Amino acid sequence: MDTSATLGRTGTVEGLPLSPLARRRSAARHWGDRVYGGLTRGAALTLVLVVVAIALVMARMAWPALRAFGWRFAITSTWDPVADRFGALPFIYGTLVSSALAMLIAVPLGIGASVYLAELAPLWIRPPIGFLVELVAAIPSVIYGLWGIFVLAPFLRTWVQPALGQALGFLPLFQGPPYGVGMLAAGLILAIMVVPYITAVGREVLRAVPDAQREAALGLGATRWETTRIAVLTYGRSGLVGAVLLGLGRALGETMAVTMVIGNRPEISASLFAPGYTMASVIANEFTEATGDLYLSALVEVGLLLFLITVAVNGLARILVWSVARVPAGSQA
Amino acid sequence: MTTRGRHVKSAAIGGLTAVAALVVVTPLLLVFGFLLYQGAAAVNLDFFTHLPKPVGEVGGGMANAIVGSLILLALAAALGLPLGILGGMYLAESQDRRLPLILRFLADVLNGVPSIVIGIFAYTVLVLPMRRFSALAGGFALAVIMVPIVLRTTEEMLRLVPRTLREAGLGLGLSRWKVAVRVVLPTARAGIVTGVMVSIARVAGETAPLLFTAFGNRFWHGGLDQPIAALPLQIFAYAIAPYDDWHRQAWAGALVLIGLVFVVSLAARVATRGRYSAAR
Repeated sequence: MDTSATLGRTGTVEGLPLSPLARRRSAARHWGDRVYGGLTRGAALTLVLVVVAIALVMARMAWPALRAFGWRFAITSTWDPVADRFGALPFIYGTLVSSALAMLIAVPLGIGASVYLAELAPLWIRPPIGFLVELVAAIPSVIYGLWGIFVLAPFLRTWVQPALGQALGFLPLFQGPPYGVGMLAAGLILAIMVVPYITAVGREVLRAVPDAQREAALGLGATRWETTRIAVLTYGRSGLVGAVLLGLGRALGETMAVTMVIGNRPEISASLFAPGYTMASVIANEFTEATGDLYLSALVEVGLLLFLITVAVNGLARILVWSVARVPAGSQA
Repeated sequence: MTTRGRHVKSAAIGGLTAVAALVVVTPLLLVFGFLLYQGAAAVNLDFFTHLPKPVGEVGGGMANAIVGSLILLALAAALGLPLGILGGMYLAESQDRRLPLILRFLADVLNGVPSIVIGIFAYTVLVLPMRRFSALAGGFALAVIMVPIVLRTTEEMLRLVPRTLREAGLGLGLSRWKVAVRVVLPTARAGIVTGVMVSIARVAGETAPLLFTAFGNRFWHGGLDQPIAALPLQIFAYAIAPYDDWHRQAWAGALVLIGLVFVVSLAARVATRGRYSAAR
């Protein structure tokens, strides 16, 4: 209900004569409401400013590289600061492959865990596990990186990669010397980092499914799993896709942990054992060392590409999540 | 399929999803276990009170990085919290139909922008004009990350305040801003504090946006317009260096950092225990 319709802006009844005191008070209120409205609105509008500024500022910085290389920037693989020739294909490839590998592992786990937490787990177990999932999501990237260098990579080198090479070595995916660090390590660490996001958002989406859905299915004699499959997952499908996309957005832009375990070599190799490089990690490693203007510009262009990709993925994800789990009650969203 | 078979299948899938949930939380034990194992030995009083030692000398600490991180967090909070909380108040109280929707969407999109991109942004608007890396630029970058988180949680918490409370205030003749500031805000305080702490926990561990803004510093910083050390930066630098002693320091730093993050997260949890779930 809109109170201003009956009371007017200042809370006074329109049309009645006011005493001088009341008039003064009313003016003060009016003023207070204006300041309040202006401040809060202004604060909210800085969001627009920030997002637009990020895009503009980066586009301007990237302009020299954009002009010099055009589309070839995204499809050539020479990265030679000395000769001022830049192509970002190895980084784009590394970002896409490491994220794809991560999603391959994270999606089934994340969806499974969110179904468990929202539908199938005993009630008493849900809050503690939910909290643990939040803690996994709260571990800083640099700590995952540290753990990746000193625990995960040696483990992969001595145990996993030799075994994979022996069992599946006929596939180009699992060929080459086991370094430990490389695409496989990056994909695994990304999977670990992304899975709690998918789980948390997925759980919220499933929780938002109306109980009437479940009750109808249960009333027809469906088992718990059948209820979940027929009544809950079908209803929440687009929201779950949104949760997965949110995870993908994280994976694409994740920087520190990946930089620490991917090996940082701008090469495109079919093998997951080989070192690679991602868009985010080339910026992290080379930005402060970029001496030439064109070099810096090329790095910013990589950043701009990353920005555009993640904005698109996140935008789509939000729309999908909102289609199921609307923002808390009372809003028109 | 028989009824019995269907129930067996249901139980089996319940078990599978339970295993998935277990796998999701396992890294917590693995990572935290190694942090304790490797870091506990290296954390001592010196770690909190001394500067880093040069290569080859044993000992030293990360006092400058710990203080640096706190300064960066304070800067980020000073800039980001007012914007986030005021913006959240606008989103929750606005009568407008379209604008809040767009702003909410932008906040969520900004929340998903990689932090390294925010770093480039801060570099361009602050480091380039000032011609040097600085604590200010680092704090600014962290603030940009903080704003959308605080804004959205503030909004959601304010929405949990019953409408009748607002109407009662307006009905008593309070103006809108007084209702918002004196009635709605105090009611939602615990929830907003949680949002604030969640955002602090998130940016406390951010490394990528500091690489070319705060830059890091081996010594005490010389002012807000100078490069400053930060715990995550120091952990990164030490982890990729080839010295065993630095690796030990990196583990110790990571243990301190994760302690900070977990304590803040737990406090956030305690602040809203009960209310949050009851309101759903």
